[in-house]
Amino acid sequence: MNNRSSFRTKLVSSPYIVWSVLFIIAPLIFVVYYSFTNSSGSFTLENIEALSKYIPTFLRSIWFGIVATIICLVIAFPLAYIISQKTDKIQRTMVMLVMLPMWMSFLIRTYSWMALLQDTGIINSLLAKIGIGPIHMINTSGSVILGMVYNFLPYMIMPIYSVMAKLDRSMVEAAQDLGGNRVAVIRRCIIPMSMPGVVSGITMVFVPSVSTFYISQKLGGGSFDLIGDVIERQFQQSYNYNLGASLSLVLMVLILVCMAVMNRFTGDEEGMVI
Amino acid sequence: MKSLSKVYTFLVFLFLYAPIFVLLLFSFNTSSSTSVFTGFSLQWYKNILEDKATLRALYNTLILAVSSSAVSTVLGTAAAVGIDKYKKGIARSSVMAVTNIPMMNPEIVTGVSMMLLFVFIGRLVNAESVLGFGTLLIAHVTFNLPYVILSVLPKLRQTDANLAEAAQDLGCRPASAFFKVVLPSIMPGIITGMIMAFTLSLDDFIISYFSSGPGFQTLPIAIFSMTKKRVKPDMYALSAIIFVSILILLILYNFAQQKSENKPVRHRDR
Repeated sequence: MNNRSSFRTKLVSSPYIVWSVLFIIAPLIFVVYYSFTNSSGSFTLENIEALSKYIPTFLRSIWFGIVATIICLVIAFPLAYIISQKTDKIQRTMVMLVMLPMWMSFLIRTYSWMALLQDTGIINSLLAKIGIGPIHMINTSGSVILGMVYNFLPYMIMPIYSVMAKLDRSMVEAAQDLGGNRVAVIRRCIIPMSMPGVVSGITMVFVPSVSTFYISQKLGGGSFDLIGDVIERQFQQSYNYNLGASLSLVLMVLILVCMAVMNRFTGDEEGMVI
Repeated sequence: MKSLSKVYTFLVFLFLYAPIFVLLLFSFNTSSSTSVFTGFSLQWYKNILEDKATLRALYNTLILAVSSSAVSTVLGTAAAVGIDKYKKGIARSSVMAVTNIPMMNPEIVTGVSMMLLFVFIGRLVNAESVLGFGTLLIAHVTFNLPYVILSVLPKLRQTDANLAEAAQDLGCRPASAFFKVVLPSIMPGIITGMIMAFTLSLDDFIISYFSSGPGFQTLPIAIFSMTKKRVKPDMYALSAIIFVSILILLILYNFAQQKSENKPVRHRDR
C-alpha cells in the first residue's frame, strides 16, 4: 500500500483521537485542576494538606484490598485448575456458571448478602436449628471483605482459568515422566506457567476492591469507611469537589504505582521461569 | 482426590449462588420481609410489572446500552483500523496508553473525572445541569471504547494485509476493498467488542452514578436509591426476571455454538 492511502487509513482513527482527548484526557486534567484549587478557583494546597486526615482510611482500603485479593487467589486457583481438567463441554458449562452471577446487578446481590448475614438472618436461623447460637457477622470487617471476595471472585477465576486451559499438556506430561509427583508437577510446572493469569487476576480484583464504595456501606454498616465512600460523599453529599478530586488523584496514583510494582515483579518472575 | 475436588467445586459454587437463591426464594414471599419466608405468592411480580418508574428505568437502561454500544462499536472499529496502520513508536504507544486508561483506572475515578468535566461544561453554557442522557451516553461510550478496540485490533493483525491490496489491484476502490475484504474478516472481533460494550453498559453503576442526573435514571441507579431504604421483594422479582432471561439466552447461545461446532467446518464458501 502506498503512503498516501496508508495516511488516509490512519486518518480513520482521528474521531477516536479527538474523543479520547475530550473525554479521557481532559477529565483527568480537571481532576488535577480541582485538586490544586479552592472553590473560587484560585491555587491552593489545602486539599492536599487535608489528605493527612484520611491516611487511616487509605491504609484500611489498601489492607482490605490486599486481604480480599489473597482470599480470591486462594479460592480461585484450585477451582480454575479443576475446571481446566474437565472435558471441553463441562468446561464451557462451568465457565458459564462462574460468569452468570455477574450478569445480575451487584447492588442487589450485595443487598441479598445482608439478608444472609444479619443477626436474625438466614445463616443464623439455620445455625440456630443445629443449636449454634447467633454469630454476629454483619457490620464487621469480615463481612466487608466477604462482599469484596464475593463480587470480584469471577475476575480472579477467569484469567487464571484461561491461561490454564491453554497450558501445554505435553509439558505437564514431561514433568510426570521425569518423575515428578502430583505436588511437584503443580508446584514446579503448573503454578509458574499460570503466572500471567494470576497477575491479571490480582489486578482485576485489587483495583475494584480498593476503590469500592457500595459494599462497605451495606455490609460494613458505615463503620468501615473506605476511600471510595469518602470520595462518593464529597461528590454526592457535601459537594466539596476539590477535596474529592484530590482524594481521587491520590487513589489513581496509588493504583498506578501498585500496578507498576506488580508489572516489575512479574517481569522478574517471567525471567525466572525461562 | 476426585471427591475432594467435587466438594470444593460445590462449595465455591454454593458461595457464588447463595445470594441468588435467597433472592429467587424471597421474590415469591407473601410478606415484604427479606429474611423470613412466610408463604408463596406472585404479588411482587405483579407489583413490579405495574411499577411505571422501574419499567421506565429498565427502558432507559436498554436504550442507553443499545446506543452506547452502537456508537462505541463504530468509533472503536474505525480507531482500531487506523491504529493498526501506525508504525511502532511514540504515536502508537501513546494512543495505546490513553486507550488503556479507562480500563486501568478505578471506576470511581473515571466517574468523578467525567462529572468534573460535565460540571465545568454546565457552568460554561450556564445550564442548571447538563447531566442526563447525553452525559451518560458520552460516559458509556468512553468506557466501552477500549474493549471494542482491544477486541478488533488482534483480528486486524491476523488479517493478511495483501488481501486488501489484492482487492485494490483487482479494481476495488480502497473504501470498497475495506468493506468487502477486511471488514468480513474482522467481524468476529467487532461482534465480541459490541457484546462486551452492551453488557458493560447494561451493568454499569459506578460511572453512571456520577454522570447521570435526576431526569434520566438507569436501572442500576434506581436500584441504588431503593437499597438506600429497605428493599422490597419487588426488586428481587425484577432481578429474578432478568436472571432467568439471561440464563435462557446463555443456554440458547451455548446450544447454537455446539451445533455450529458439530457441523463440519467450511470456510468462506458462501
